[in-house]
Amino acid sequence: MSRPKNQNYKGYGLSKGKEREQRASVRFKTTLMNTLLDVLRHRPGWVEVKDEGEWDFYWCDVSWLRENFDHTYMDEHVRISHFRNHYELTRKNYMVKNLKRFRKQLEREAGKLEAAKCDFFPKTFEMPCEYHLFVEEFRKNPGITWIMKPVARSQGKGIFLFRRLKDIMDWRKGTAGKKLASLEAQQARGAVNPPGSHDSKSSDDQKEEIPVENYVAQRYIENPYLIGGRKFDLRVYVLVMSYIPLRAWLYRDGFARFSNTRFTLSSIDDQYVHLTNVAVQKTSPDYHPKKGCKWMLQRFRQYLASKHGPEAVESLFSDMDNIFIKSLQSVQKVIISDKHCFELYGYDILIDQDLKPWLLEVNASPSLTASSQEDYELKTCLLEDTLHIVDMEARLTGREKRVGGFDLMWNDGPVSREEGVPDLSEMGNFVTNTHLGCINDRKKQLRQLFRSLQGQKKASG
Amino acid sequence: MWQEESDLSLSIAQIVQKLKGSSLYAQLERQAWASLQRTDIKLESLKEDIKRFFKTSGWEKKLQNAVYSELSVFPLPSHPAVPPEHLKEPLVYMRKAQGSWEKRILKSLNSMCTELSIPLARKRPVGDQKELLNKWNEMGTDEPDLSHFRPVYAPKDFLEVLINLRNPNYENGDSPSFRTHLGLIQIPLKVKDIPELKELFVELGLTTGQLGIDDSTQVPPELFENEHVRIGQKVLAEQDSAAAQQYVRQGSPTALRAELWALILNISSQPEDILYYEQLKTNVIQHDLLVDSLIYKDVKLTASNDDYYFVFEDYLYQVLLCFSRDTSVLGHFAYNSASPPRSYIRGKLGIEEYAVFYPPNGVIPFHGFSMYVAPLCFLYNEPSKLYQIFREMYVRFFFRLHSISSHPSGIVSLCLLFETLLQTYLPQLFYHLREIGAQPLRISFKWMVRAFSGYLATDQLLLLWDRILGYNSLEILAVLAAAVFAFRAVNLMEVTSLAAAEAVLADLSTLKVMPLLQIFLFATVT
Repeated sequence: MSRPKNQNYKGYGLSKGKEREQRASVRFKTTLMNTLLDVLRHRPGWVEVKDEGEWDFYWCDVSWLRENFDHTYMDEHVRISHFRNHYELTRKNYMVKNLKRFRKQLEREAGKLEAAKCDFFPKTFEMPCEYHLFVEEFRKNPGITWIMKPVARSQGKGIFLFRRLKDIMDWRKGTAGKKLASLEAQQARGAVNPPGSHDSKSSDDQKEEIPVENYVAQRYIENPYLIGGRKFDLRVYVLVMSYIPLRAWLYRDGFARFSNTRFTLSSIDDQYVHLTNVAVQKTSPDYHPKKGCKWMLQRFRQYLASKHGPEAVESLFSDMDNIFIKSLQSVQKVIISDKHCFELYGYDILIDQDLKPWLLEVNASPSLTASSQEDYELKTCLLEDTLHIVDMEARLTGREKRVGGFDLMWNDGPVSREEGVPDLSEMGNFVTNTHLGCINDRKKQLRQLFRSLQGQKKASG
Repeated sequence: MWQEESDLSLSIAQIVQKLKGSSLYAQLERQAWASLQRTDIKLESLKEDIKRFFKTSGWEKKLQNAVYSELSVFPLPSHPAVPPEHLKEPLVYMRKAQGSWEKRILKSLNSMCTELSIPLARKRPVGDQKELLNKWNEMGTDEPDLSHFRPVYAPKDFLEVLINLRNPNYENGDSPSFRTHLGLIQIPLKVKDIPELKELFVELGLTTGQLGIDDSTQVPPELFENEHVRIGQKVLAEQDSAAAQQYVRQGSPTALRAELWALILNISSQPEDILYYEQLKTNVIQHDLLVDSLIYKDVKLTASNDDYYFVFEDYLYQVLLCFSRDTSVLGHFAYNSASPPRSYIRGKLGIEEYAVFYPPNGVIPFHGFSMYVAPLCFLYNEPSKLYQIFREMYVRFFFRLHSISSHPSGIVSLCLLFETLLQTYLPQLFYHLREIGAQPLRISFKWMVRAFSGYLATDQLLLLWDRILGYNSLEILAVLAAAVFAFRAVNLMEVTSLAAAEAVLADLSTLKVMPLLQIFLFATVT
């Protein structure tokens, strides 16, 4: 189905300078049928449009984006929920590349210590192109476990663990491996026969015209922090309003997702033990939907504080802030920063026994389906606050540091918790404006915020 | 005067007797012998020097803590000729009621046993033993068929027993009169009113700093929190039980709570404690008890389904299975109105020589029992320490919540205290609920029996249990229950059925415990 060009151009009126005009109603569109739809429908003044109708706000899915973004004209005020090339951050192989490049740059500019702050990503090799580098690393560290992940799939599909090179050889010989082998062969041929010259494929290769799937091999974290003998990972929400300049918000709530079975390295074949995605857990024979297997971040933070003390917890959470900021900075120059775009990322973080956080991956489309009542409330509030910040209603001044459950984490520079301009000479006293896992009294804050904004508006006539 | 002195010497003699059998005594002896090597110990002033040594090395403090612990737990005898039953429960009719309740429980257990043709206890075959040992840290993954097992009783069954409790010496008259109680409990026990509670809980007053109130985000930490934490660290450094108990009345900082509670309960993980726990574990592996299935079922039904405690499922098995084998728990029956059930070896019914206590610790778990352990998993993850803390909490506090006695912290008194507070200070609400057939106790009973575990958010629950430890009393549970009703009074006045009242009070997870208590006790116009 082809989309008409200039879909939104209907002379809605030129925007007057930099001021955003208030709209009488906001026309929204979305294909999702979950919490998001509820939130959008309940927002006062927002009207749903379907199919071919014109829209001011579209919470799209990435496949639509890929096909249509480039030839859709959007008015100044229009907002869409993804950046064109978000995959630079969210596809595992691109993210690794960007992070490695950023790290080198940091080392050149600011030294080894600063670059070491980027070491939150377990060693990763892209397959098939880095296969030989991987084998070298593998041989240097015998006995450790590796995890093989498909680059573009989600919900835990296609992932497996291995410890012996034999396992990966078998995998290569299997269907995935055939693609690997044929790709390697193609690369080899490409080297021998320069492009442009006649490339005679053998009849074997012609049979296997299956799309090649990329994988990454990543060092598996063998000493995860366990609670009740179970492995878990953290889901944290980061909202990016623009990349140039970089403006990112951190949501106070999130959750820890537990594996249903007890952690042990002896059963690396048990997918259910190692993968904490709710989607995978849902298929485990132990899964009871009533159980939920999620803890809110506040509970997790309290638990850690009662075990390790508040300082250790502060240090862990500030290390996590570092992960969010560095990862965004690493793709800052690569992502096309379109003013129409914003994106709500779901970060997956794993904590190890030394209380060091590791970045597992970044999701551009974190699940918005609720698995329980508590989950529903979390996601509803998350989405409401996201829409407050997107601010189609043009209520905010743009100088806010907190909106509901979101705290402004980065505004072209670190944001301090203290009021006024941060005195950067006193870096020792600098406390970042993040409150992950802290009390989220968003209702009260929103009331105060909007009341004061209303007051300001009245005062300015 | 002379009477007091002789009482005191009697108490001292008893405590000395008890402590002589403890490991602390052996340690003190060893330390005394070792101290003879020191140069500052002279033969001429041996006694004084050793005493001084104990003071400076902290051993005197340990002894102080042990004595304090004994005083807190064991009731002091009033007269040397007092029969042991009076220590358990002074009122005859209460003893009788507890006895017949126990008979009912045992009957129910025995009939389940006969129905399912499962022995009360049996030796585990060697293969099963190995399997259990391998699975010790993940017993939660087991899914045995528990469909035929039912909990022996649930809190509401127990409530019915309490409702029917009568004092034969107290003439209520057959028809309701001004002498009959408006609530469910018809026993004339003495309970405190608000002025007396204000005196008891003086540290919860409006002018005293509290954790749970004065550590909220709006209050700058310099006002109270920082100083309070500093004092807590000092208390821990001094290792003083009594000071710790006084300290936690204002709440315990999250980071210090585990150590403070261990100090108050006088738990220190000695090698012999760890060994003891391992022995219990071996016991569990070698023998299979019917009670084990009841424990499994309870954990699966309650803690595993809880949004927050499901994570600790495995720890709960490890603690509760060992608990049921622990014969040292039998010691608490000296001051518990309950008595351990007895069972007879097959074929030897009635013959005393073949009587055993069943289960070995004498405590039959009921529906929700595992919730006593679950919040503790937040603080301790080393199994033997978790076990010790739970055991001590049980023999000091929790046992009173499911045995019939006249003790001020016993469940009967708590129920009466709750009902009296409500009637006295919220008469309109009480009357309204009674009229629509929603007696308040029917709703609050389950909260109090479980000490609010599973009903409050964990951080709030721990703040509440801080005060239970601090005041060495469970009365605060009844006060909180009344405070919850007071808080939701407006909604409750509008309901017209028991089910609707239950719905209003179904979710307590958002409640902040300390403000509720403070308002109810200190800020309500009486």
